[in-house]
Amino acid sequence: MPAEPIMELLGVDKYFGNLAAVNQITLAFEEGEFFTLVGPSGSGKTTLLRMLAGMDKPTRGDILLRGERVNDRPANWRPTCMVFQSLALFPHMTVGGNVEYPLKCRGTPPSERKERAVRCLELSHLPISYYDRPVTTCSGGERQRVALARALAFDPEILFFDEPLSAIDYRLRKTLEKEIKDIQRETKKTFVYITHSLEEAMVMSDRIGVMRDGGLAQIGSPHEIYSNPVNRFVCEFMGEVNSIAVTRGNGGELWCESMGAAITPPSSVETSFRQGTLMIRPENMRLVNPDEGRSTNVFSGELFNEYVLGSRIQYQIRCKNDTFLVERLREAGLPKSGDQVSFGWNPEDSMLFPE
Amino acid sequence: MDSQKSISRVWSSLSSGLLCSAPLFVLLGLGFFGPLALVMLYSVQPRGSFSPFGTPTLENYIDIIEQAFYLSFGWSLLLAIISTALLLIICYPLALALKRYSGGMADTLTLLVVAPLFVAENIRLQGWVLFFDKAGFLDGSLNYLFGFGPGSLVNNVPSIVFGMVYIYLPFMLFPVLLGLSNVPTDVREAALDLGASKWRIFRDIEIPLAMPGILIGSLLCFVISLGAFSEAKFLGKGVIVTIAQDIESAFSYGQNWPRGSALAVLLIILAGTAVFFAMRKIDLNKVLGTR
Repeated sequence: MPAEPIMELLGVDKYFGNLAAVNQITLAFEEGEFFTLVGPSGSGKTTLLRMLAGMDKPTRGDILLRGERVNDRPANWRPTCMVFQSLALFPHMTVGGNVEYPLKCRGTPPSERKERAVRCLELSHLPISYYDRPVTTCSGGERQRVALARALAFDPEILFFDEPLSAIDYRLRKTLEKEIKDIQRETKKTFVYITHSLEEAMVMSDRIGVMRDGGLAQIGSPHEIYSNPVNRFVCEFMGEVNSIAVTRGNGGELWCESMGAAITPPSSVETSFRQGTLMIRPENMRLVNPDEGRSTNVFSGELFNEYVLGSRIQYQIRCKNDTFLVERLREAGLPKSGDQVSFGWNPEDSMLFPE
Repeated sequence: MDSQKSISRVWSSLSSGLLCSAPLFVLLGLGFFGPLALVMLYSVQPRGSFSPFGTPTLENYIDIIEQAFYLSFGWSLLLAIISTALLLIICYPLALALKRYSGGMADTLTLLVVAPLFVAENIRLQGWVLFFDKAGFLDGSLNYLFGFGPGSLVNNVPSIVFGMVYIYLPFMLFPVLLGLSNVPTDVREAALDLGASKWRIFRDIEIPLAMPGILIGSLLCFVISLGAFSEAKFLGKGVIVTIAQDIESAFSYGQNWPRGSALAVLLIILAGTAVFFAMRKIDLNKVLGTR
């Protein structure tokens, strides 16, 4: 059992009119962890974050900061700080002016302010020479770093991030993701990050919370959520997946109507359902050599599409009325589009979700 | 070859630009710079002369200094400063409130502010005179209902200021509104989140970002109130004389065009100085969001 959580939500609701943007969320952030909330657009992530930062008040429920109820404490009285999606830099100030602003509000003397600003610029990998630059002359990535430095200068107990990397190109985003993670490790602060990008969540987080329709679908480590999703939604959200509709026979065997074939289920399976969905990740599918002689869950179909994904390759295979994605390492001697191939999966790699 | 091509391209783009702006140039030349030059020319003609081509003299300016014209200059300047300041105090919160509304409500409110502009200024001012005068709408109604009334509320300086604030309100409101639209909500929230108090946000974020709009509105109101005279004429009923009234009477009753011109030149210099200093602080591109 870890120490007292740094921030806790107890049955938090947020209504806009009749619409529940956030619905009965109970959640605790542990001190020093990197927690990421992921979910599709409109799942309530930003609304939740705004309540945590103090820019909105919950309709019902409590928000506790180190055990103290802070529902009605405005943002400027909370020891938390947020990096906005738009970054929200002060366009009429220099980089230094931006970074020093929280210190100015606190009445820190100018010499100390500058010292701290310089340290924060270093931490976020900005050259000190940027200190006197107008913030409007900075590029997208540099602004990102200014926003981060400004939040660090505040020295918050919790840092919130509202999809700050969504407008940045892929390569820079990868770099910044790692940098943010490094800063978190270095400063040992609690980071709460929201994103709709699964990749971002996986790279950075200690724990992930998957949101759906204002509620939390699952909380767990990236590995847990990826390999053991609690339902179809989480499974589909966390990455590409093959899904097959199956019916359970009286003897416990699975029957797939669309392929007209019996399927071996994973061994740990509950027995009280008739219909369900079997899901297998593309990387858990394999192409089978016809003379290999394995019989469980091996099917044949026509390979009709191939996508090169850098070091890996993905095939689309048509089998009766179903299409499958199969992913594997790219190497010589692989089948081509139009080939008839056999493919299959280990029953233990499949996930079964009863309807 | 290449350089020739690029030169011809530059020339063609230049000439199309010139062509497009030609109507404006003609209009400005005939309607603005022409009369301006004429006024300047007249201002150095001998007293009472009707020809612009006499021997140049500074006697009109000397007359203006010797006779008590500084009084009307002073009143105009004072009224312009007071009404601009009042307009700023009134329009800033009004613009903030308007910004909160969006869609249909904002349109309705904007229309309400603009609607009076469709009625001539003098008619609106006369309306106020009828409203505030002794036995006017206000006084008369109160007398009828309660047996006492405030008497005449016109014929004084405050009523002139009231008239100016009333007439020039849209000229302050819309630039300030434009200025406030340069203050993004999330920037304000970010300041709050970083620990800034409401007052600090107002001083450090809102005012500097809205400043171009505030400056333009103030400049516009200041310059047009400098040239105001209907308010003093109708609501003030001659309690004071503004410089614009002096200019008008020099041209009409006085039949002394050179004096009127000299007064006009001094007024233009006064307004021009204000414009010059304010414009140095404004980046128009930024205000209009073209950059």
